Amino acid sequence: MINAIGSLGFAVRTWLANLGYATRMFVRMLSLSFGLLRRPRLITDQIHFIGNYSLVIIAVSGLFVGFVLGLQGYYTLNKYGSEQALGLLVALSLTRELGPVVTALLFAGRAGTSLTAEIGLMKAGEQLAAMEMMAVNPLQRVIGPRFWAGVIAMPILAAIFSAVGILGGYIVGVRLIGVDEGAFWSQMQGGVDVVKDVLNGVLKSVVFGFAVTFIALYQGYESQPTPEGVSRATTRTVVIASLTVLWLDFLLTALMFN
Amino acid sequence: MQRKSLDVWVGMFVLLGAAAILFLAMKAGNLSSFSLTPTYQVISKFDNIGGLKPQAPVKSAGVVVGRVADIRFDDKTFQASVVLNLDSAYQFPKDSSLKILTSGLLGEQYIGISPGGDVKNLANGDKVTSTQSAIVLEDLISQFLYSKAADGGANGSGGNNGSNGSSNSSNSGSGSSNSGSGSK
Repeated sequence: MINAIGSLGFAVRTWLANLGYATRMFVRMLSLSFGLLRRPRLITDQIHFIGNYSLVIIAVSGLFVGFVLGLQGYYTLNKYGSEQALGLLVALSLTRELGPVVTALLFAGRAGTSLTAEIGLMKAGEQLAAMEMMAVNPLQRVIGPRFWAGVIAMPILAAIFSAVGILGGYIVGVRLIGVDEGAFWSQMQGGVDVVKDVLNGVLKSVVFGFAVTFIALYQGYESQPTPEGVSRATTRTVVIASLTVLWLDFLLTALMFN
Repeated sequence: MQRKSLDVWVGMFVLLGAAAILFLAMKAGNLSSFSLTPTYQVISKFDNIGGLKPQAPVKSAGVVVGRVADIRFDDKTFQASVVLNLDSAYQFPKDSSLKILTSGLLGEQYIGISPGGDVKNLANGDKVTSTQSAIVLEDLISQFLYSKAADGGANGSGGNNGSNGSSNSSNSGSGSSNSGSGSK
């Protein structure tokens, strides 16, 4: 009994210490980021690695999510004889929820894991320690550019996901099933608000970009410098980032669309 | 050389994102319906606005001539006070009347302007007094039922069969309206 309470206390203490350390690291990274303005090349390189390489998987997933929304939405709306609202349904579900959330989950799997593994291996190979020896702060040279690249790439990817998804819904709804094309677009334009729906969706994806990228970088930076430790850190990235995205989504939805 | 081609790809990626956001705003959203043309405000009072919402169109002869800017409740007159932004390109006589209409059977509600015959035109800040409220389905049904009942009462002394038939039909009508409101 005493042991159980003791281990619970230890777990809570470790968790709190990790949280505090992560916060300290986040603030230090932000304060060092101004130096990056003089070397935007570092960020551009990382956007290429994180963003461009994720483009194909994001676009293809968006297309298929749009297809499925078109089919399922038509099935439900047809029961009420209002299949003209299909465009509205597809556009609202994508811009408000699915675009940011699914992109963030895919982003955690596609880019987050590679960031964790890269930094974990740099640590295992003592490259980070070597940088410190040369008076180069790895937080500024390695972590910072990757973080900002993730924050920039994430909303772009989410917007592409939503746009491609709407096109997918259009292909299935209008081209295959035969919903009236004019009603599809006009109902969408009548119901989707630029500020309330589109802009809030972009805002969501920016927050997810912050969360997912930082979790991936933190896990890599704090991993045990062994092959096993790196593999464990990569798994933790996916688990923690996915859960964080989902509860953050609930929180943001409650705040934005109450 | 390597560096340059990489920059091009990143530039294309960012451009693609901007295009996607533009697509969402213009094609999926209502940004294209925001007009920067000058407008003038007209205030009107309605007894019942039904399901009218801000940003709903104001139409005359089916053409959009403005939008609903704001809807508030006035606790002096117990009426809804609706502010309309009308396009300055279109002028209406001062005694024009406003009606809340529905596009289609279950579509969105909008305000229709029927022009009057006054020589002066509506100006910024004017009040429109001649308004007609939205039609509420429940009122319509109860009106119909009362008129049916009145008919039945008038015919009561005469042909019994006929009045029975009409009261039966009105009963079935009320039954279906109840079930309709229950399922909402």
